[in-house]
Amino acid sequence: MVKKTKSLNLNFGPQHPAAHGVLRLILELDGEVVEKADPHIGLLHRGTEKLIEQKTYTQALPYFDRLDYVAPMNQEHAFALAAEKLLKIEVPIRAKFLRVIFCEIGRILSHILNVTTQALDVGALTPSLWGFEERETLMTFYERASGSRLHANYFRTGGVHQDIPLKLVEDIEKFCKSFPKILDDLEGLLTDNRIFKQRNVDIGIVSKQEALDHSFSGVMLRGSGVAWDLRKSQPYEIYKDLDFKIPVGKNGDCYDRYLCRIEEMRESVKIILQCIEKLPKGPIKSIDGKISPPNRDDLKQSMEALIHHFKLFTEGYRVPKGDVYTAVEAPKGEFGVYLISDGTNKPYRCKIRAPGFSHLQAMDYLIRGHMLADVPAVLGSLDIVFGEVDR
Amino acid sequence: MLENLNKLEKLLNSELSSKILNSSIKDDELLIEINENNLIEIVQFLKSNEKCKFKQLIDIAGVDYPQEEKRFKLVYLFLSHENNNRIKLSINFEAKQLINSITKIFPSANWMEREVFDMYGVKFKNHPDLRRILTDYGFKGHPLRKDFPLTGFNEVRYSEKEKKVIYEPVKLEQNYRNFDFESPWEGTNYIKEVKNIEKDGKEN
Repeated sequence: MVKKTKSLNLNFGPQHPAAHGVLRLILELDGEVVEKADPHIGLLHRGTEKLIEQKTYTQALPYFDRLDYVAPMNQEHAFALAAEKLLKIEVPIRAKFLRVIFCEIGRILSHILNVTTQALDVGALTPSLWGFEERETLMTFYERASGSRLHANYFRTGGVHQDIPLKLVEDIEKFCKSFPKILDDLEGLLTDNRIFKQRNVDIGIVSKQEALDHSFSGVMLRGSGVAWDLRKSQPYEIYKDLDFKIPVGKNGDCYDRYLCRIEEMRESVKIILQCIEKLPKGPIKSIDGKISPPNRDDLKQSMEALIHHFKLFTEGYRVPKGDVYTAVEAPKGEFGVYLISDGTNKPYRCKIRAPGFSHLQAMDYLIRGHMLADVPAVLGSLDIVFGEVDR
Repeated sequence: MLENLNKLEKLLNSELSSKILNSSIKDDELLIEINENNLIEIVQFLKSNEKCKFKQLIDIAGVDYPQEEKRFKLVYLFLSHENNNRIKLSINFEAKQLINSITKIFPSANWMEREVFDMYGVKFKNHPDLRRILTDYGFKGHPLRKDFPLTGFNEVRYSEKEKKVIYEPVKLEQNYRNFDFESPWEGTNYIKEVKNIEKDGKEN
């Protein structure tokens, strides 16, 4: 007698603590084994690309904070670079250093969140409690530089908004000295932890070829053994003058990706320390009055500055015709902006390439044949943030 | 990197001469314009050719030019890890044109094409699962088309009376104000620019 079995459809999310936001997954289960996963995304779609088409370049920038909201400045960076490439302007050296410092802080912010919540998804509560305290400190650095903890809006075309307060550099340095110890503690809890390893080793394995086919980037690609990091291979800003390593995984499973992230945080700390050591003095934004706004002092004294200020905050600057694609190595992978300008003060089209979009797409392929309980573990290691997936 | 791109441009022009409508290198980026019929063939070539090795599809970007006859444009962005360079492939086509799906060559094109379909209404041939992806269930229209209003057509709210979420036509207290700040004046030639013009002997 053949017993007829029917597969079970399970709706996972959109409100589920392990869904990392608003993911709705339709799972087809055979017993406890997942046969198919169909992610439904778009619950956080805010039409960023459409909105950007209606705003001037300066006004478009804050939308990037709201994409991957755990590492806001890395996103801003991609857009600023795109606009700069079209405008063909040079960024002052101090601004480049500041950008790199804050991008690496963003990377640590994002990786702490991911590593600790991944641990949380598989049952470890303590790492997130420890990690979030550090995130708080880092967000204070964001606040002291830009005025807000999350939606920084700190980068500008041609530099950064303001110079950082005097003591901030010292405090960041202090943090960098103490942070590796925290990482050691975190690793002490997780790296050799039997339960953590049972839940992550050999789960969600991605081969080199599959990683390429599925447009993976960042840790997802490096975890599978492809040594590729835009900071090294297509260096922007000052990355080519800095000394850092790119951790690469071997097996391409969730555990390797976790190890890569931990190691990347250590490298980020090194980068920040190097930047602090070399941090030069000088202007923090382009001195071209047609692009970056004048100082407050000049505004009171100089007619020209006043006119520039008025024009910049009403009309904005015009960007020459053309289309460029710029990408940065955001914590989650290659974050790119494909910008088309028609020569006016607003972008004609701004396509945002979010790494999480491609990663989540591969969910079906990654989870097929795994158990239901592995879904949160795989999802956790994909490092999904819905702000950027849905845009 | 620029030398590589120049070489690559030459190679592509010699190998695929009849299929390439136009190629240019601007801002260190290589852009190739092709006909939409040749898409599959050229993408396959870019992926498998020994000297190209564009093994990764980065993104597909749709663009809308409502005033032009060939209204839509798709830009395919590829990356080659081995050669460390990028290429942009663009096709222009009319609104009703069916485009060949490249999901067979790059599995990751699946969602990217779904997004283009959702945002622009471009239909793909041989796509395994062409559904909307980012917009709401039952959404009408294609939001990134230039003739789609920024505010959309429907708004959503929870109705206390019906005890459920309902859709209503958008009612705004004040319309979205799209100021045209662009200066009507050409503007003056600044001293720096005048000097440059004299030096180069031509206007830039």
